[in-house]
Amino acid sequence: MSLLFILFFPLVIGAILLVAKPKQAFIISLAASIIELVATILVLKDAAATENGLVFTKPWIEEAGISFSLWVDGVNGILIGLCALMVPFIVATTANSDKANNTQYQGLMLAMQTALMGAFLAKDAFLFYFFFEASLLPIYFLAAIYGGENKNVITFKFFVYTLFGSLFLLIGLIYVYLATPGSHSSDIETLYQTATMLPEHIQGNLFLAFFIAFAIKMPIFPFHTWQPDTYTVAPTQATMLLSGIMLKMGTYGLIRLVLPMFPLGIITWGNTAIILSVIGIIYGSIIAIQQKDAKRLLAYSSFAHVGLMSAGILSQSVEGIQGALYQMLSHGINIVGLFFIIEIIERRTKSREIAQLGGITQFSYVLTVAFVILSLGSVALPLTNGFIGEFLLLKSVFDHDMIIGIVAGITIILGAVYTLRLIQKTMFGNFSRITKDFEDLSAAEKWVLIPLCALVIIGGVHPTWILNFTEPGVQALVSILK
Amino acid sequence: MTAIIALSLFGISNLFLGFWFPRKTIQLVTLLFLVVSMALTVSDWNHELLWFGNMFRTTNTSINFSLIIQLAAFFVVAFSKAFGQDDEHTHPAEYYAIMLFSVVGAILMVSFDHMIVLFVGLEILSVAMYVLTGSDKRNLRSNEAAIKYFLMGSFTTGILLFGITLVYGATRSFYISNIGTILTSTAPESMPTFLFIGVLLIIVGLLFKVSAAPFHFWTPDVYEGAPTIFTMFMSTIVKTASFAALFHLVSGIFGSLYTVWVLPVYFISMLTLVVGNISAVYQQSVKRMLAFSSISHAGYLLLTVSSKQISTTSSILYYSLSYTLATVVAFAVLILVSEYQSARVEKPENFSSFEGLAKNNPGLALCFSISMLSLAGIPLTAGFWGKFFIFSDTFSRNIIYPVILAILMSAVGIYYYFKGIIAVYLKAGEIEKIEVPALFKVALWACTLGTIILGVYPSIVKSVF
Repeated sequence: MSLLFILFFPLVIGAILLVAKPKQAFIISLAASIIELVATILVLKDAAATENGLVFTKPWIEEAGISFSLWVDGVNGILIGLCALMVPFIVATTANSDKANNTQYQGLMLAMQTALMGAFLAKDAFLFYFFFEASLLPIYFLAAIYGGENKNVITFKFFVYTLFGSLFLLIGLIYVYLATPGSHSSDIETLYQTATMLPEHIQGNLFLAFFIAFAIKMPIFPFHTWQPDTYTVAPTQATMLLSGIMLKMGTYGLIRLVLPMFPLGIITWGNTAIILSVIGIIYGSIIAIQQKDAKRLLAYSSFAHVGLMSAGILSQSVEGIQGALYQMLSHGINIVGLFFIIEIIERRTKSREIAQLGGITQFSYVLTVAFVILSLGSVALPLTNGFIGEFLLLKSVFDHDMIIGIVAGITIILGAVYTLRLIQKTMFGNFSRITKDFEDLSAAEKWVLIPLCALVIIGGVHPTWILNFTEPGVQALVSILK
Repeated sequence: MTAIIALSLFGISNLFLGFWFPRKTIQLVTLLFLVVSMALTVSDWNHELLWFGNMFRTTNTSINFSLIIQLAAFFVVAFSKAFGQDDEHTHPAEYYAIMLFSVVGAILMVSFDHMIVLFVGLEILSVAMYVLTGSDKRNLRSNEAAIKYFLMGSFTTGILLFGITLVYGATRSFYISNIGTILTSTAPESMPTFLFIGVLLIIVGLLFKVSAAPFHFWTPDVYEGAPTIFTMFMSTIVKTASFAALFHLVSGIFGSLYTVWVLPVYFISMLTLVVGNISAVYQQSVKRMLAFSSISHAGYLLLTVSSKQISTTSSILYYSLSYTLATVVAFAVLILVSEYQSARVEKPENFSSFEGLAKNNPGLALCFSISMLSLAGIPLTAGFWGKFFIFSDTFSRNIIYPVILAILMSAVGIYYYFKGIIAVYLKAGEIEKIEVPALFKVALWACTLGTIILGVYPSIVKSVF
């Protein structure tokens, strides 16, 4: 029951917001997301106490063997936690803006949370697919209604591109589902058993179908062309949802579906996929260095980060998967914080052009400190949360193939280049024409940034409790692979 | 079975009611008639019986199809507003009566057990549709559409009849069950060639009615020319009935001749998918887009035919129902918007006249968008599961490449369905609050809600069929 609650509670509140249009949308939405967070923490505590995690199953389409089943274990626990943790922050970033009491905006965000939660919680492959695709609707409308210049074309491209990708996933899922014995079942664990028995060339093709779907979602080079435009044009909260949480549906799909289902497929295609991911790291970083628009820079940095996660996962080691899970959490926290800082700057100066900014530190000390901490987390400096994940990921890629590992390692240097350049050009130096009246942070803004910074440092200093939480699930997963 | 007798009587009484009562009353009475006939249809549930000298068979499948047809007719009647200017040139009582008669024809087509009943049913349905297509007498387009439809339709009727004759010549029977026994008991080598030609001609005759490519050329023009309310009727009822007839024949008696027709049908279904979807992309008019969309949906449904055994009728039924619910809503909103815009813009049926609908008519915009999403097959709507069942059914019979093509084509479909959503929500435009009659509103929300319920909990229907 508690699983049902954390799945549907945001949707219910979101629907109330959309239909009843109450005046205090912001308070309701924030309260709902905090209740959701508390409930999720309780669920995770329960899950950690049990050995195999929590499971909830109800028949859904009985004749076809499709069930409405949810579970929480070490692997998806992190993502559910991330989703529940970030949404209150994302909602809070709308405080005092024109979107704060916009019922449609808040309602769509909460609906989006349910879709994301559903994808992470699903134990049935078709239920996963259902939420995987359904999540496109709220985010599409968020971006398309409230987006910036040229929004219609860009958001439409995003929608069609990602949906097109997930159709490959659907083909693959149906194929494996029809291979299951008896009257068919789409339970993920049954699919594991069936898929691993398939011959090598079929596993190879299925791997490609699944990988393309997830690669578009993450995105991985060369399927990334929708991403920078969409991230730039979408309103900040939608960008946060996209990069902070939704992107992880792709990496989660790799861990949950691709790794345990197609071990032979990975032997055939895994290296190609890893090389594409690593190309994405380097390519994204180099383009990020040259960006003029701060939001676009962050979009490319996100693209670079996710490449490393994907490479680490495909290396199929405990460290890689652990690192990826940890990095998903840290990346979610960091990127939401960074996008918020850009939003704060944009609200005050009406500009995101790096060249036009500068000297903000003279007006807002707290903002500078927060920016530095979050950026260092993103660069993966020791003692920040980014370090733990990135270290584990690089180690796993290095163990997998030394040369690829070395190339991937360049990401740390390149990441430092574009991030530090961003801080330097915006925060330090002389103030410009548009930053000369920069107002200090409001209380609401501080309330978002300071906890996020604290999370960056706590995550860097004390990673063990999360790593311990994920370890049994990851070990179980890797034992299937062996 | 009593339903068809009742419906015929209701139709005749409708003609007389027209002397004394205004349109609104007749509309309500017609709705009542349809409810009664649905109840009569349901009363045959689980009684597999033969009627009329063993020419007519009621089975649970045929009852399900009849119910979908009558439900569609119910919604079409509920969505019928004033016909044109509602002057002396329009004859509402006759229109409602003709609709009831054509439902009789459609029911005959889904429950025939004799070739002549199929033919008579098809003719009742078609002749009624020719009349309704041309009912907007002073509109040139409507007349053109009626002539086109009539010429093409009677031509294919000839083809169908020719096919039936050839099959009769080979098997000496019109009875479906007899033909089936003869076909399964005879070795294919000893069958005459004209039997195969006959089978193909029958299939082609029916494919014309479901507007499968390359027999689809009449569809866009007829759909566009006919008054929208009758286009709605055509795209749901004619299609469902013809498909039911096709499945009845193909899965029943022609199953043993699988090798004869499977390749043509295979090819036609792929061609239909490509032609329907690609042409729809280029349409400026919503009505024409829906015409091509109906062609493309015929392609998806045909996929299930293109193999030896037809595993379940349930996915076909589910698909027909989800398609009907969504199409009816799309046309209903089109009726309202084009009526509102007809005095304001030159082409009231274009996408551009939907621009800015969401601003003052959020309910209409939502209904329209949900129907578009359902037609596109996005999760949370019935259309998703409809496509899902069709694909997995077809896939399970090892037909892989057509399914992949179908999936790619449904990605193309998203493009043109989303044009509607984008126009409604994202484009700026001035549309004032549109007055919607109460009955219309109820029917609109009922269909939309049905689409969502089927999308979230598909078992609800799967368990019935």
